[in-house]
Amino acid sequence: MKKLLIGNAALARGLYEAGVKVVSSYPGTPSTEITEFAAKYDEIYCEWAPNEKVATEVAFGASLGGARSACAMKHVGLNVAADPLFTLSYTGVRGGMVICVADDPAMHSSQNEQDSRHYAISAKVPMLEPADSSEAYSFAKAAFDISEKFDTPVMIRTCTRIAHCQSIVDIGERAERDLIPYEKQPAKYIMMPGYAKKKHPIVEERTKALTEFAENCEFNKVFFAENSDMGIVTSGTCYQYVKEVFGDSISVFKIGMINPMPIQALKDFANKVKRLIVVEELDPVIETHLRNIGLKPEGKSLFSNIGEFSQADIKKVLLDKSEENINTDTAIPNRPPVMCPGCPHRGIYYVLAKMKLTVLGDIGCYTLGATPPLNALDSTLCMGASVSGIHGFNKARGEDSQKNTVCVIGDSTFMHSGMTGLVNIAYNASNSVVIILDNSITGMTGHQQNPTTGYNIKGDPAAKVNLEELCHSLGINRVRVVDPYDLASCESAVKEELAADEPSVIISRRPCMLLKYVKAKPALKVDADKCRSCKSCMRLGCPAISIKDGKAVIDATQCAGCAVCKQLCKFDAIKEGV
Amino acid sequence: MKTVNIMIVGVGGQGSLLASKLLGHLLVKEGYDVKVSEVHGMSQRGGSVVTYVRFGDKVYSPLVSEGEADYIISFEKLEAARHLPMLKIGGQIIVNTQQIDPMPVITGAAEYPQDVLDEIKAKGVKVDAVDALSLAIEAGSVKAVNIVLIGRLSNYFDFDKQLWLQAIEETVAPKFAQMNKKAFLLGRGEK
Ligand SMILES: Cc1ncc(C[n+]2csc(CCOP(=O)(O)OP(=O)(O)O)c2C)c(N)n1
Repeated sequence: MKKLLIGNAALARGLYEAGVKVVSSYPGTPSTEITEFAAKYDEIYCEWAPNEKVATEVAFGASLGGARSACAMKHVGLNVAADPLFTLSYTGVRGGMVICVADDPAMHSSQNEQDSRHYAISAKVPMLEPADSSEAYSFAKAAFDISEKFDTPVMIRTCTRIAHCQSIVDIGERAERDLIPYEKQPAKYIMMPGYAKKKHPIVEERTKALTEFAENCEFNKVFFAENSDMGIVTSGTCYQYVKEVFGDSISVFKIGMINPMPIQALKDFANKVKRLIVVEELDPVIETHLRNIGLKPEGKSLFSNIGEFSQADIKKVLLDKSEENINTDTAIPNRPPVMCPGCPHRGIYYVLAKMKLTVLGDIGCYTLGATPPLNALDSTLCMGASVSGIHGFNKARGEDSQKNTVCVIGDSTFMHSGMTGLVNIAYNASNSVVIILDNSITGMTGHQQNPTTGYNIKGDPAAKVNLEELCHSLGINRVRVVDPYDLASCESAVKEELAADEPSVIISRRPCMLLKYVKAKPALKVDADKCRSCKSCMRLGCPAISIKDGKAVIDATQCAGCAVCKQLCKFDAIKEGV
Repeated sequence: MKTVNIMIVGVGGQGSLLASKLLGHLLVKEGYDVKVSEVHGMSQRGGSVVTYVRFGDKVYSPLVSEGEADYIISFEKLEAARHLPMLKIGGQIIVNTQQIDPMPVITGAAEYPQDVLDEIKAKGVKVDAVDALSLAIEAGSVKAVNIVLIGRLSNYFDFDKQLWLQAIEETVAPKFAQMNKKAFLLGRGEK
């Protein structure tokens, strides 16, 4: 049956048909929908784990238990999962295991542009790279066969333009698989030095065998054109750009298995073309391999290692051609993403900005508090780094900073990797103020449940972490809850906790305005006669408020009725709607 | 046939995903090779969003580059101007005349260029401007702006009207089908 699917849905379909029993993941753009689509199949047990390390280890456990399993994450999630990954390479698998990782060249929704291919190479794990949805589907299925045949986890690497692009997939049926009987195998699964030492040579042998396999495996495709002037080695989405520009007019070696890459097959290809070119986004991974086997390709001498490509880049670099186009003479203002009207993060940020505090931030919708007019953040590094970071900041700067520094972290992010930082604050005693922005959902990645929401991935009721009790147990005595729609109480809470001489946690609690069960209140209205054009309300950066003819106006189609702006109006010009 | 390139641009949250889903659905049924590139994540929070739809006999790239778009469907005025460089010379813009101020305009750091559509027209670009918001409201929901614009786009293709209506039925939730069909017809200029 032919279907138009995004790469992530196609991948999920592949997992399903391969008979996968367990999928555990942590959301992250552009990987999230793999797990969301997998969760639609009742035959697969699916879950959101608190973080990628847990997810990968759950998949490992399922494999150990004899089932086919998978986990999915974005590129930076793989950093978190790197610890199990590297040793999984040694243990190998029982049931086939696949790790899906989605890179984000151009950083559409990410904090860096790292290239996951390096992980496969350094962990010595095979990695497949599909070039469209159809391959995402078929590679996902085939990955399990490789995993079981070579006794290794297999990685599937995609990028935004594979994960979120729809193309046609011819889908099939699920092949149900029996559990492989459990058997205790200490030498295989207990990686202490004695056993691990015996394993490492096996891993090296496996890489040799996989390289042999790569010489003529189904994943790599070679096309020879009549004209032998140019031969391009490429993979993934770049393959599509190359074909878009050149069609069948040049020779192409398409690499579908990025680790390990073949040796002889690439040498043979290089011998048949006059000019050998590598087209790959980000780092010169393919190019380095070609150099290592003695070839002399052109790659990063022509193409950037920054951002993503398109057919236009290939055309420009290799044909020195570009399409004609038109531009406006008027400057077009940017349209950056913003916190939604009614977003519970806005109120607390307003207070922090007003108090001119130093705010160590974290990753989520609330990172948008960094943008004008709030400009409320001082740092954003990686998930969890706000809580660990404020401790270091306060240890370095002492008393003074403790009185005017806080950190903010979302509920999902706190579960992911904020807790350990909080333990450190309590244990190693820094007088830090941690604000948990609890909007009862994982917002940024499109509303996934997490351990604080009380629901699981299917939307069924689940155990709900009590954040107050959790923080208490982690060693924090001062834990309090505020409503971010109530600016005055937020301000006094922050003041009191900054003044306290022990660490504290403030939970700023209000569910995300976009959640189905949250009902917007009637839109507020500005009484134009009372508005003195002081623009105090504009300091919130609410997309529903603007100035027209000198007076504030509230767009009724956007306003969610949170009434935070009303609290800022000294002239009582903003009225609650009816 | 030559691949046809369509860009759907707008503000995060305006429903461009449904528009591309509907288009993709119809084009696959008509037997074309199709690629659709969506945006998820950060920019969905009120940022500028872009979706590409490409169809033809064989489509490789899912992206549309500068000067390649045969059609730009813009859900908002400013976004049409922003993506003008993507339009092929001789290409067609279909634009909702709605104005949504971006944050730099709201904060006063930048000004909304009011006459930008006139400027584009003055450059000889084919602009089909439509008050899709009013038509959507007439159809029954402000959320139907996307389908109004798809209705407008349908005027430029030879596909039978029934095919479009059927595609709507097959892609939207049953309880919204009637309203969306109305929005489609209004966009198309029919009652
Ligand atoms: C290691 C890692 N995994 C995943 C992500 C993707 N990601 C960014 S923010 C976020 C969660 C945000 O949820 P929450 O902390 O609840 O804040 P909200 O967006 O709801 O405000 C995720 C999963 C990431 N940036 N890094």
